Amino acid sequence: MKAAVITFPGSNCDRDLAVAFAAAGARVARVWHKDAALPPGTDVVGIPGGFSFGDYLRCGAIAARSPIARAVIDHARRGGYVLGVCNGFQVLTETGLLPGVLMRNAGLRFVCRMLDLRVETTDSAFTGGYAPGQVVTIPVAHHDGNYTADADTLARLRDQDRIAFRYVQNPNGAMDDIAGILSENRRVLGMMPHPERVIDPAQGGTDGSVLFRHLLGQLATA
Amino acid sequence: MHAEPEITPDLIAAHGLKPDEYDRILQIIGRAPTFTELGIFSAMWNEHCSYKSSKKWLRTLHTTGPQVICGPGENAGVVDIGDGQAVIFKMESHNHPSYIEPHQGAATGLGGILRDVFTMGARPIAAMNALSFGEPGHPKTAHLVKGVVEGIGSYGNCFGVPNVGGEVRFHRAYNGNCLVNAFAAGLADTDAIFYSAASGVNMPVVYLGARTGRDGVGGATMASAEFDDTIGEKRPTVQVGDPFTEKRLLEACLELMASGAVISIQDMGAAGLTCSAVEMGDKGGLGIRLNLDRVPQRETGMTAYEMMLSESQERMLMVLRPEKEDEARAIFDKWDLDFAVIGETIPEDRFVILHGNQVKADLPLSQLSSQAPEYDRPWVETPPAAPLGAVPAITPIAALRALIGSPSHAHKGWVWEQYDHMVMGDTVRAPGLGAGVVRVHGSGKALAFTSDVTPRYVRANPHEGGKQAVAEAWRNLVATGARPLAATDNLNFGNPEKPEIMGQLVGAIRGIGEACRALDFPIVSGNVSLYNETDGQPILPTPTIGGVGLLATLDDMIAGLPQAGDLAVVLGVTRGHLGQSALLAEAWGIEAGDAPPVDLAAERAHGEFVLAHRGHLRAATDLSDGGLALAAFELAEAAGIGVDLEPADIATLFGEDQARYLLAVAPGALHGLTSAAATAGVALTVVGRFGGDRVALGGDSAPLSELSALYRTAFAAAVG
Repeated sequence: MKAAVITFPGSNCDRDLAVAFAAAGARVARVWHKDAALPPGTDVVGIPGGFSFGDYLRCGAIAARSPIARAVIDHARRGGYVLGVCNGFQVLTETGLLPGVLMRNAGLRFVCRMLDLRVETTDSAFTGGYAPGQVVTIPVAHHDGNYTADADTLARLRDQDRIAFRYVQNPNGAMDDIAGILSENRRVLGMMPHPERVIDPAQGGTDGSVLFRHLLGQLATA
Repeated sequence: MHAEPEITPDLIAAHGLKPDEYDRILQIIGRAPTFTELGIFSAMWNEHCSYKSSKKWLRTLHTTGPQVICGPGENAGVVDIGDGQAVIFKMESHNHPSYIEPHQGAATGLGGILRDVFTMGARPIAAMNALSFGEPGHPKTAHLVKGVVEGIGSYGNCFGVPNVGGEVRFHRAYNGNCLVNAFAAGLADTDAIFYSAASGVNMPVVYLGARTGRDGVGGATMASAEFDDTIGEKRPTVQVGDPFTEKRLLEACLELMASGAVISIQDMGAAGLTCSAVEMGDKGGLGIRLNLDRVPQRETGMTAYEMMLSESQERMLMVLRPEKEDEARAIFDKWDLDFAVIGETIPEDRFVILHGNQVKADLPLSQLSSQAPEYDRPWVETPPAAPLGAVPAITPIAALRALIGSPSHAHKGWVWEQYDHMVMGDTVRAPGLGAGVVRVHGSGKALAFTSDVTPRYVRANPHEGGKQAVAEAWRNLVATGARPLAATDNLNFGNPEKPEIMGQLVGAIRGIGEACRALDFPIVSGNVSLYNETDGQPILPTPTIGGVGLLATLDDMIAGLPQAGDLAVVLGVTRGHLGQSALLAEAWGIEAGDAPPVDLAAERAHGEFVLAHRGHLRAATDLSDGGLALAAFELAEAAGIGVDLEPADIATLFGEDQARYLLAVAPGALHGLTSAAATAGVALTVVGRFGGDRVALGGDSAPLSELSALYRTAFAAAVG
């Protein structure tokens, strides 16, 4: 299984995401934002957390228009897997691969804390390793994680079972407590919490490693 | 090109130069300086850059040891952590800018210390911040807290370094002069550490990073003066930070260093181009010639004076191996950063500045630093504190409420949740309880970080207070199971021209030196911030100690929290010292009596005992301000369980005797520990038990949930 982790200028969780994919058994390629193509044979693209392009203009907006973003969009349209974490989720909404937008936190402050999420669907390669309704502990660290979408979009996300995670205690004002959502083909996941930060007991938990390991298991057998 | 202003006594005074210092300039150069030259002298000779008041005393500090690769004098200290790796760290103040413009002042304080670390080839892996603010009710305090915390957060979060610890205190002495002390530590290989000394003649001097603007012109001089009611006019001297550029500069510099292109490199911090160029030339025994026409500029019409004194952020100066220029330039192009050859090293001992085909400065380079004034300022010993009188009566739980309901001792989650403390994935002990711990990526090792000082103690007794700051840092590292390695000091004091303030500085440095020697805990880097006064009112003397410790394996870490049924055990002797205690200050506003004495032999013995038996301890914490009761409450609260302490008297519960730890010990482990203590000759006392859902102090009790709610909301209620 081959993962490609993108680095934009200002990405700062790229190494962490690469470590998490590698720990789950993936071969990981690091890809620069000015590259126009993904490495051949890429199964899953990881778009890491951080402050791509300094969060200037809008979080994720400039990254979504970089050369590699075009390749990621093509990969997703061909049915490839994409995981966007934190700033990566913001980039995915800016590319249009996922609906909605991440607004400034309702409390107007950056929030970094361990918190509980409820797994809302196990019908995806990302979440199939969890039990339905399972509460998992995965940290957040963001200033702009307040998920916002129009009523139709929210209804569609609910009707199509595309809400992957909800906050048990909402840290940022996100509509419907949404922490992560899936694309219509269930192969693109964007989430504000950082599963790559809980892959080892020394980090205070391992609930994130379930996501990576299950994804790799699914891709290996696919 | 504007004509340069005439040098007048007023202009000289406005540059912070005393008449005798100006005479010294005339002697050195044998003529009147140009305006640009005057600016260069003022930048090099101000307190901030020259340490002219403190140098004599700083030389007495303990700075060596087998673990020390590079002590004070470089951008940061370098300490061996085995396996060919080193930790590189320093703490530095950004007090005056943060008071004037809290967000940018604090942000660029962190930016500056991060550059000090990565200019030596180290990737930053941890940051801390020690913050001192005025009274919570003072009209400026909430605004400063909000701005400083946001500024640190915005810079560190974007840069991507975990913020794993620090301190926040409030006291009226900081009403007009807050303190922002930023610490950063990085990791490097011992064979790939970069220093600032230039070498080789006619080697290109390269400017890297962001463009130069007019921000921060005169900042270092401003930082070396007292405040008065004109500070609002000083806002334009505060720099503006861009963490996105800093992050790219980090990555570009590390790539550049790996390419072999760098002969020497130095970040542009205080007094920017001036200090960095002089430093590189002076250390390498070379002269430097710069052509300012080639400096990347973001404003038009800048003068030589402005460019030489600009403190624009995110810039570096490098001496380049000429054959590597194309490769080096390509790396900076990749990261979209400026790269410009702006000068060269020269054999003559001159600092030559060209601008618009004119020589704007031509000075003897080595004398700019070596001939800087140095003062043996008069000082008076701080008089012994009057003995503490009778202490008002209070019940134990009311006393605990007074502490945990005060913003200085309340839970600081409001602060550190605004900092990303987990980025890089190696944080194994988050802020909130003693030292933070970060893994050495890809190895089994980890590093512990803490920052400590109790300013009330230092004011009452500078010598013991200085010792105590070191001892507390040492204890906080030990309490994680780490072997303390080395420390950095950030000395914040008032106006050193006043003998009583100079006496505080001298006393504290002597105490720090004594403690560092006794504990094998050398000072490897540091910073001095003087003139922290407003309208003649000094801050509390605040010598912040940043300590670093090593865990050879993560298995050595005392990571856990107490469990129900664990015994609460005090290691060390409790005498009930209430002088200058947190309880007196928070419950009644009493700041009286002497600081607690620090027995360094006992510190050493008790610390070694904890390290020797770390495998048998469920949890450990040092006892410091707030004493046994506050430490036991913090441990229990973090674990979400109650605690029942037997002692009922206030002095035993809240006294601040030093050289003590609170240990949580599983009942089955107690016997072994007790006999080991008897053998080692250290005092071990069972004082109670963790568990239940109440906090009980000698029979007086309250529900944990109620105290916890107070503890976790008091900070925001006071200043949020």
